[in-house]
Amino acid sequence: MHPARKQRLILVLVLVALSSAAVGFVTYAMRNNMDYFYAPSAFAAGEVPFEKRIRAGGCVVPGSVRRAGDSLDVSFAITDGNADLQVVFDKILPDLFAEGEAAVVTGELMRDGTMRADQVLAKHDENYTPPEVAESMAGNASCGHGARI
Amino acid sequence: MAWQWFHRLGSPRWFYEKSSGWLPWLAGASLLLLAVGMAWGLGFAPQDAKQGNSYRIIYIHVPAAFLALAGYYLMAISGAIGLIWKMKLSFVVMRAAAPIGAALTFVALFTGAVWGKPTWGTYWVWDARITSMLILFLLYVGMIALSRAFSREQLADKACALLALVGTVNIPIIYKSVDWWFTLHQPATIKLTESSSIDPSMFYPLLTMIAGFYCFYAWALILQTRTLVLQREWRTQWASQLLGEGR
Repeated sequence: MHPARKQRLILVLVLVALSSAAVGFVTYAMRNNMDYFYAPSAFAAGEVPFEKRIRAGGCVVPGSVRRAGDSLDVSFAITDGNADLQVVFDKILPDLFAEGEAAVVTGELMRDGTMRADQVLAKHDENYTPPEVAESMAGNASCGHGARI
Repeated sequence: MAWQWFHRLGSPRWFYEKSSGWLPWLAGASLLLLAVGMAWGLGFAPQDAKQGNSYRIIYIHVPAAFLALAGYYLMAISGAIGLIWKMKLSFVVMRAAAPIGAALTFVALFTGAVWGKPTWGTYWVWDARITSMLILFLLYVGMIALSRAFSREQLADKACALLALVGTVNIPIIYKSVDWWFTLHQPATIKLTESSSIDPSMFYPLLTMIAGFYCFYAWALILQTRTLVLQREWRTQWASQLLGEGR
């Protein structure tokens, strides 16, 4: 290769390497803020501030959903396999919200350790299956203990 | 000697003359693949057990996102080749890739928002995947703006190539964002190293659509490159003769 071209090739590679390193360092420094939500373990470990708007994500614990008979109030627990977090919510849940499925809730952590949510989003998993196949699979909960949320 | 073919490839005239023969094949292939994939995916593939029919947006969303990312690498590599070998055609390809990439990124963002409303319960969230994809869109739009900001083409070429190269850092971030951080967006369904988490009856139409999008991308890129070649070379003898014939 011609020396001048070789030099320009090196310059291009250095440019890409340096800009990647710069962005890499910034992203690494902000890694905690890059997460869209906290896992329930972070709540258990006391890493989450009280009475601040935050988000939590996890698997809706099967059997934990309790609905009030006379209002939209609903409570449920989310888990990441290590810790559970109680959530209370008073609006309409999204269609794909279900026990054994992942959900991301936005709200404030109360002093009693429960989370008062003002928004609940269903987090869909990466699996796509036709209904017949899904029926034949035992225990069709997409996220559970040990599974990635 | 070994590099001769490479330099001939960089001749706008050679490219213009050769590429006219490729266009009908690419147009035919993309039309066929997209028609088959669309009918298969929208009409014959089964419903998803949880999402019902709304999952079918995957047949547009995923191929568009694939090409938006791959297209950025193509644009950046063309820019690098242009900088290193001072190849005219390479810069033209780089510039041609920007609007196509911007359009595909927009399609991926838009279809994602349309799918997000019934699935997640919201059109938009600022999670790592979606935000980094928005940055990709802004990079593409920035490329288009920058390429028009200079009166001298050579300056614009160099500035665009530098922006394209610096922006490449965003591509692995987009790709890995769902694994590195907690995001609302689900992790990748199509995996290279292990079996994909999608039923084959839904996967084959998706592969057809991806192949169709690749052909469509190549067709659109060549068409756009040819237009830009003529715009730049109209003063040269071969181009003015060609343009004269067309009159």
